[in-house]
Amino acid sequence: MKSSEKLVEIKNLRKKFEATTVLEDISIDIHQGEVVVLLGPSGCGKSTLLRCINGLENIQGGVIILEGEKLNEQTKRIHLVRQKIGMVFQSYDLFPHMTVLENIILGPCKAQKRAKKEVVKEAEELLLRVGLFDKKDVYPRQLSGGQKQRVAIVRALCMHPKLMLFDEVTAALDPEMVREVLDVMLKLAKDGTTMIIVTHEMQFAKAIADRIIFLDHGKIVEESEPNVFFSSPRTERAKQFLNLFEFDAI
Amino acid sequence: MQDLGIEVLFQGKNLFRLLEGLWVTVRISIISVLISIVLGIVLGMIMTMRNPFIKIITRCYLEFVRIMPQLVLLFLIYFGLTKMFQINLSGELSAVIVFVLWGTAEMGDLVRGALTSIPKHQYESGKAIGLTVVQNYLYIIIPQTIRRLLPQAINLVTRMIKTTSLIALIGVVEVVKVGQQIIEASRLTTPSAAIWIYGVIFFLYFIVCYPISILSTRLEKHWRN
Repeated sequence: MKSSEKLVEIKNLRKKFEATTVLEDISIDIHQGEVVVLLGPSGCGKSTLLRCINGLENIQGGVIILEGEKLNEQTKRIHLVRQKIGMVFQSYDLFPHMTVLENIILGPCKAQKRAKKEVVKEAEELLLRVGLFDKKDVYPRQLSGGQKQRVAIVRALCMHPKLMLFDEVTAALDPEMVREVLDVMLKLAKDGTTMIIVTHEMQFAKAIADRIIFLDHGKIVEESEPNVFFSSPRTERAKQFLNLFEFDAI
Repeated sequence: MQDLGIEVLFQGKNLFRLLEGLWVTVRISIISVLISIVLGIVLGMIMTMRNPFIKIITRCYLEFVRIMPQLVLLFLIYFGLTKMFQINLSGELSAVIVFVLWGTAEMGDLVRGALTSIPKHQYESGKAIGLTVVQNYLYIIIPQTIRRLLPQAINLVTRMIKTTSLIALIGVVEVVKVGQQIIEASRLTTPSAAIWIYGVIFFLYFIVCYPISILSTRLEKHWRN
């Protein structure tokens, strides 16, 4: 699905929390329609990288360029840039005081000022696609974790984002609900959505990724195609990491 | 003849005077509560700022107003200002000033608590769907804050209404003061007037405060569903 057109360019990105450097000299290009999966041990900076791309963190060095527009927390029109990026968080974070439908149409109606009628129609279509049409008028707390996460994905999609960011979206879910969320993401990938995914689901990463980026201690350690990465990782660090997911028979 | 204290209530203009007194109570309460809510929301938002200087100032203000008994504050404003600066405020105005000072502090702290209890991710989700800061507050943070705030805010409002009985001590003739006057005037003719008049006053306070707490229960229930 990948085209040669660059959607996001990250150049020499550096991020510090006070004295600790969290990301060091990160450079990644993401092409239109590409699915990039970020892997790495906890605390390696994967989530922070996603948050930087969405301008939720200020950065100490380097640039992030989305469709030729430079992006940083200080940009006055950051909210306009963010409308082009959909982000789904680990803890779903639906707005508890709004129904499912209201959650979804808030951004398109208020931030993008689109006509409510058209947005509702689209929201309903999207809900239908993720199998939650009958839940459109319920409040988030009446939903299961997997359902909430699917709504959160729809909420992000309804903004027509150019890029979707998924931050460990299945990490807080019960195992039997992981699949329903991953299926939605696989469908999106098939439709050519550009995505950056942080996950700990290795099988899923292998299935969905066009490219795996392996981070450790805030640096890119390895960058390769999924079948190469999972069958013959080039670096010792990646080998060790992948071994964590293998179990030897006793 | 049987001594029926309740008769006092219907002698002359006594009932009307009590209601007039109640109106003074309610008027001072409404004005103070409304101003306190508005200023309290602003103060609460200011208190969530990270600036240490602002933190110290607001903290001092809050603690000062809280630790002081309201009666002392009333005396301070009503008598103190006159002595020190020759500012002659009416009893009612002094009362409003004191209740606004107190109400704003308490309300500010409630608002601060409610704002900081909203998970950080709610702010971020709002940002992530491209809302501006103002929109984020308007559609996401404030509605949730109000829901969290309501029970305690209602509690504060009823506390403020009840505490207005103190202003009799700076010469404002509100409902309790009127009651005392009626009781004193009929001390010899109807010795049992006190229980009846204070009973009526109890009832009047109840009429004012109960609908407020009903309203809050209703809203809470409504928002839960």
